[in-house]
Amino acid sequence: MALERMTVARTEVPAALKRKRRRETARTLAFLSPWLIGFGFFFLYPLISTVYFSFMRYDGFTAPVFTGLKNWDYVFTKYPFFWQGLQNTLWLVVVMVTLRVAFGLGIGMLITKLKTGVGFFRTLFYLPYLAPPVAATMAFAFLLNPGTGPVNHFLGKLGLPQPGWFTDPSWSKPALTMLAMWGIGDLMVIFMASLLDVPKEQYEAAELDGAGPWQRFRYVTYPNISPIVMFAVVTGVIQTMQYYTQAIVAGKVASGIIGGSGQAFEPGYPHGSTWTLPQMVYSLGFQRFDTGSACVIAVVLFVISMAFTSLLLRRNAGFLSSED
Amino acid sequence: MTLSSTLSVPLTTRTAAARVARRRAVLHWVAVHSVAVAAALFFILPFVFVFLTSVMTDRQALTTDFWPHQWEWGNYLKVWRTPGFLTWWRNTLVYAGLGTLFTVVSSVPVAYAMAKFRFRGRNLSLMAVISMMMLPPQVTVIPMYLFWAKQLHLTGTLWPLIIPMAFGDAFSIFLLRQFLLTVPNEYLEAARIDGCGDLRTLLRVVLPMSRPAIAAVALFQFFYCWNDYFGPQIYASENPGAWTLSYGLESFKGAHHTNWNLTMAATLLVMAPVIVLFFFAQKAFIEGVTLTGVKG
Repeated sequence: MALERMTVARTEVPAALKRKRRRETARTLAFLSPWLIGFGFFFLYPLISTVYFSFMRYDGFTAPVFTGLKNWDYVFTKYPFFWQGLQNTLWLVVVMVTLRVAFGLGIGMLITKLKTGVGFFRTLFYLPYLAPPVAATMAFAFLLNPGTGPVNHFLGKLGLPQPGWFTDPSWSKPALTMLAMWGIGDLMVIFMASLLDVPKEQYEAAELDGAGPWQRFRYVTYPNISPIVMFAVVTGVIQTMQYYTQAIVAGKVASGIIGGSGQAFEPGYPHGSTWTLPQMVYSLGFQRFDTGSACVIAVVLFVISMAFTSLLLRRNAGFLSSED
Repeated sequence: MTLSSTLSVPLTTRTAAARVARRRAVLHWVAVHSVAVAAALFFILPFVFVFLTSVMTDRQALTTDFWPHQWEWGNYLKVWRTPGFLTWWRNTLVYAGLGTLFTVVSSVPVAYAMAKFRFRGRNLSLMAVISMMMLPPQVTVIPMYLFWAKQLHLTGTLWPLIIPMAFGDAFSIFLLRQFLLTVPNEYLEAARIDGCGDLRTLLRVVLPMSRPAIAAVALFQFFYCWNDYFGPQIYASENPGAWTLSYGLESFKGAHHTNWNLTMAATLLVMAPVIVLFFFAQKAFIEGVTLTGVKG
C-alpha cells in the first residue's frame, strides 16, 4: 500500500512539474510576444530578403531576375563611390571617433574637477547633444559658410586661412568632426559617472607616493575607466557605420541642391568626400532604382556592424551580464 | 609660558602651510574654471550666432556683421506662417507621441521577461536585442519599403515608422532590462505570495518602481522620433503633407537660399521643443544615459 502511494506520487510530481513548466513557457512567450513578432518581421525577414535581393536584378517595378554575383561585381569593381565611401568611413572612425572619445573624456574630467557651478556647466555642455541632427547641421552649415559665416569672418580678422569647410573636399570631414564634437553630451555623462566611481583612496595613495597629475591619470584613473573607454570607442565605430543625416544634409545645404522630393541630390558633396555606406543604400535603392546593388551595400554594412557588435559583447562583459 | 611657546611654533608653521595650500587651491580653482568657461564658449556660441542671425533683416543676413542692426522678430512669425510648417509640426507630434506610447507599452513586458524570467534562450534573446539595437536602419530598409509600398500602400504617410514601434524597440528593451535587473527579487516574491499573477506584479509592483527608467525610455524615444530624418525621407518625402519638422527644415534653405535668417529662425524653432522638454526632465534623461553605458 505504502508502495502504491509512493508510485502514485512519483508519477504525479513530474506531471505537475511539466504542467508548471509549460505554464511558465506560455507566460514567457506571452510577455515576449511583441518583440518576437518584431524580431521576426522587422529584423529577420528583411535581413534575409536583403541578402536575396543582392543576387537579383530588380528595379521595383518589373519582376526580379536572378543575376548571380553581378551586383556584387558591380559594387566592388565598377561602382565609383564604394571604395571612396569605405575610405571616408575609415577616416571618420580614426579621426572623428578618437577625437570624440578624447574630448568627451576631457570634458567629463573637467566637470568632476569643478568646485562651483557644476550643474550649470554640465547642462551647458550637454545641450548641443540634444539639438536635432538636421538642425545642428544647418546651424554649422551657416556658421562655417565661406560667404557670411562668423567662423571664417573671425579667422580672417586674425589673419588665419579661411577654409571652404563643407564646400571643400579636404575640409568637409573636419567640419563634420567639429559638428560631432559639439554634440559630446552623451559621452560626457557616461565618462562623468565612471570617473566618480573611481575609489578616492586610490588617488590618496598615489598622492602619498608622490604621483603627479599625469601619473595619477595613467595609473589610477585610466585603469578604472578603461572598460568605459572601450565601450565608447566600439559604440562610436558602430554609430559611424550608420553616419547618414549630418553628411547628407551638410552636402545638400553646401551644394545648394535641396528639393524635397523629385530633384535629385547625389550624396557625397563635395567631390565624394562625404559619401558613407548608408547614403549609398539610399542613392542606389531610392534614386537609381538599382535594388540589387543597394542590397549588396546593405549586406556589407550589416557584416561590418555585426563584427563590431560581437566585439562589444565579448570585450565588455558587464554590458551583457545577466545575473540578477 | 613654555607651553604656549612650544605650541606657537608648530601653529605658525601650520598656518603658513595652510596659507600655501589655500593659495594653491584658489589658483587651481581659477585654472579649472577658466578652462570650463572656454569650453562653455565652444558649446554656447553656435547657439548665440544662430539666434543673432535669426533676428536679422534680410539685407543684413547677407553681410558678415554679427550684431543685428535692427531686431527683426517678425522672422519667427514668417517661419510660423510658411505653408506647411504647422502641418509638419502636427505630423512630428503625432509621430513622436504615438511612437513613444507604442514603444513603452510594447517594450516594458519584454524587458521584464528578459530581466526576471528564467527561460532557455534568455542570453540568446538578449544578444538578438543588442544586434537589433546596433543594426543600421539602412540594412533592412529596402525590403521594408517594398512591403509598406506594395502590400499595404502606406508610403507617403508616417505609419510605416509608427506601426513597428508597437512591436518593441530594441534600445528601449535593453535600457529597461538594465534597470529591471536592479529591482530586488524579494519584491516580486512578496507580490507572488500575496497572490499577484505575473501581469498584476508587473503593473502594480514593478511599474511604480520603474518610473525613472520608463521616463528615460519615453524621452529617448520621443527625441528619436523628433530627430529622425532618414525614416521620413524614405517613407514621407513623396507627400509634403506627411513631412515632419526634421525633414521639412532643409526645404527652408532651398526656399530662402540667399538668406540665412529665416533658415536659422526655423532651425531654432525645431531645436526649441526638445531643449525645453530637457529642462523639465533633465534628471530622468541623464540617469537614462548613464544606465545605457555603464552596468555595475
